[in-house]
Amino acid sequence: MSSTNVFQRVPRHLRGWVLPAAILLVWWAAVAGGWSTSPLLVSPAAVWQRGVTQVASGELWVALSASLWRMGWGFAIGAAAGLAVGALLGWSRWAERLVGPSFHTLKQISLFAWIPMLSMWFGLGDASKVAFVAMAAFFPVVLNTFEGLRSVPREYLEVARVYEFSVAQTLARVVAPAAAPSLFTGIQLSLIYAWLATLGAEYLLASGKGLGNTLIDGREHFWMDLVLFGVVVIGLVGFALNWLLAAAERRLLAWRDRTVAKY
Amino acid sequence: MAHAGTLDIRGLNKQYEVRGEALPVLQDIHLTIEPGAFVSIVGSSGCGKSTLLRLVIGLEGDYQGEILLNGQRIAGTSLDRGIVFQEHRLFPWLTVEKNVALGLLNSTLTEGQQRATVREHIELVGLSGFEKAYPHQLSGGMSQRVAIARALVNRPDILLLDEPFGALDAMTRAHLQQELLRIWQQEGITMILVTHDVEEAVFLGDQVVVMEPRPGRIRRVVPVGLQHPRERTSHAFTAVKDSVLREFSGHPAADLAEPPLKRGEQLPPAAQWQFAV
Repeated sequence: MSSTNVFQRVPRHLRGWVLPAAILLVWWAAVAGGWSTSPLLVSPAAVWQRGVTQVASGELWVALSASLWRMGWGFAIGAAAGLAVGALLGWSRWAERLVGPSFHTLKQISLFAWIPMLSMWFGLGDASKVAFVAMAAFFPVVLNTFEGLRSVPREYLEVARVYEFSVAQTLARVVAPAAAPSLFTGIQLSLIYAWLATLGAEYLLASGKGLGNTLIDGREHFWMDLVLFGVVVIGLVGFALNWLLAAAERRLLAWRDRTVAKY
Repeated sequence: MAHAGTLDIRGLNKQYEVRGEALPVLQDIHLTIEPGAFVSIVGSSGCGKSTLLRLVIGLEGDYQGEILLNGQRIAGTSLDRGIVFQEHRLFPWLTVEKNVALGLLNSTLTEGQQRATVREHIELVGLSGFEKAYPHQLSGGMSQRVAIARALVNRPDILLLDEPFGALDAMTRAHLQQELLRIWQQEGITMILVTHDVEEAVFLGDQVVVMEPRPGRIRRVVPVGLQHPRERTSHAFTAVKDSVLREFSGHPAADLAEPPLKRGEQLPPAAQWQFAV
């Protein structure tokens, strides 16, 4: 029987697991078969064991909660500021002309280029890290909020005028829902950027606790199992964030279900 | 018939600025529409018929002349005037019921009255049972019915229809024309229908206003004078339709987009030969 047929016999919803399972198997075989004696090659069991100790000692919780705390604050500050600035740029052509060019120039600067400046302003502590995460969260929200507001169909706004909606009614009943898919994309990107930036900040502004510091610990002590465990946890958090956002999107934007209406 | 409106348009002129130059869109429009009448406006693209409707609904301003509804000069939009656009313009995030109810956002009715009137109007357009459906679950014809319900829910004095069936297939269009006729008779309000479909105009209108382009003017008002229900294939119907079509260029089948040639205008010989009938 060919391998294609074996693959096709795996239930559809499990097919995504085939590749990770195969990699795990090869990894396990490589260790068990003694293919390499390098200390870089640790067994899956050692990673698991490291995970158990990290959980049992509470170290994982300390690192994870510190990282999530930074991400949460950075995201909240950055996304809120992003919404405000995006709304202003989207609402007022005047503001767009005044602020737009500066904004588009600033966003071209790599985020990591701000780290030296942030650390000089705020030191190596949490303030710097949160500021960095906030910056990462800020830009996608601004861009998508702006896009969302500018793409509200003129036809919808005319309907609002025909039924004599006030400005507040138009914003709440027409502009916000019409811009919602775009706003949501902004929030989604922002949260993912915030998570990436959290790790970046912890790694580059190495101080205190956090998953980034867990990785540094692992590297400095040459504990490959700890490094790998850290990577797995970081991946799982990213996965969980995506899953949460997808669930929220399904709930909030149910009307978008399959068809995007013409008007 | 308590709330049918009289529309009076006097000496209406409208122009757009195009690269600093004034481009006349509507020129010297005079039109009086009696309460409860159904008036069709036909014309080729660019004759300003949609602009005329947008001025009456109040989405366009900045015109010379007068537009009076029941003797009052119109200013901006008003719940006394309803409109159905070519696209249904329903909000995709709201159900049928909520889309219709949104028309009442600024009405003075109590909540209970609002619910009742929304229900009545969904029934009026034959969509009972679809209250909880979303626009993307409806066909084009059904969506346009919802749009009609939303436009009528405030019980306006006058309903404007801007090519409402233009995007629908022929079968659905014929059916909705019947439905619109029924609604007009039932509600007894004034309706103005803009269309490029001459048959539709004659089928529904008490009068057919024929407009010509560049700049938009009224060429002639053709009285229809047929009893409802009208038989599209009858001799009398066809005769009215032909007389409307003749207004476009003297030829029922001629290109509607071309302005008619003035009598006595010098034509090149070949053209004279081609158009000699």
